[in-house]
Amino acid sequence: MDSEKRNQNYNTYVEAKVPKTKFWQALLKAFVVGGLICCVGQLFYDLYAYWFPTLSEAQLGSAMLSTIIAITAILTGLGIFDWIGAFAGAGSVIPITGFANSIVSPSMEFKKEGIIFGICVKMFSIAGPVIVCGVVGSVLAGLIYLII
Amino acid sequence: MELNILDYLVSFVVGGLICALGQILVVRTNITTARILVLFLTIGIILQTIGVYPYFKDFAKAGASVPIIGFGASLAKGAIDGAKTSGILGVFQGGLEATAGGIATAIFFAFIIALIFNSKTKHLK
Repeated sequence: MDSEKRNQNYNTYVEAKVPKTKFWQALLKAFVVGGLICCVGQLFYDLYAYWFPTLSEAQLGSAMLSTIIAITAILTGLGIFDWIGAFAGAGSVIPITGFANSIVSPSMEFKKEGIIFGICVKMFSIAGPVIVCGVVGSVLAGLIYLII
Repeated sequence: MELNILDYLVSFVVGGLICALGQILVVRTNITTARILVLFLTIGIILQTIGVYPYFKDFAKAGASVPIIGFGASLAKGAIDGAKTSGILGVFQGGLEATAGGIATAIFFAFIIALIFNSKTKHLK
């Protein structure tokens, strides 16, 4: 058997074995879970606005995001967020929950390498680019404002 | 207290649509988590810089601020507000100042949670 035919056979074999990604189903899951997470955010926002009427809009938003980040961190610690992530795909990554999870997960995973070289060093192995790009982008935005 | 149902409906639909957009990117391009976070963060920074985001947030409420787009937007807003009040110094201070709450919460809880819990990903796979 020549190699070309063998490759072709292998490709058809792989195609038959690889599970077909259920595109629309995954899309719907991401939509629903992502939307629900945003609703939870809105609920905390309304609750804080009711409990602390003196806070400004920016402070309320910050408190709401901190709450979601804390909840995500605890759910990640308990292993529950792994299931949500496997179910929802991008639906749990795009909201701030994805940012929180990407900080907590590597911290836990590399705990065995020690507190300094494990937890502290690996903490930003995924979310580091977010902080770097965010700070660089925000400084650029401020500079653009100053120049214009 | 009164909850405005419309706020929740708009949050759900807009937040869901942003996540669905991310899901399409994930399926079509096999983009990694770090890249997708950076991509949406950058979109938020750009939307804030050109002045579109405040209108978007007024409309979509938490549907705009919970996705990482909102994080990028508040970084940019902090830097621009800093530029308004204290010039070049504010440009460098404002961004992180505006997002300090979220970043500090994430770091604090990540550290404490990592001390308490052990990774469970092995059992999942």
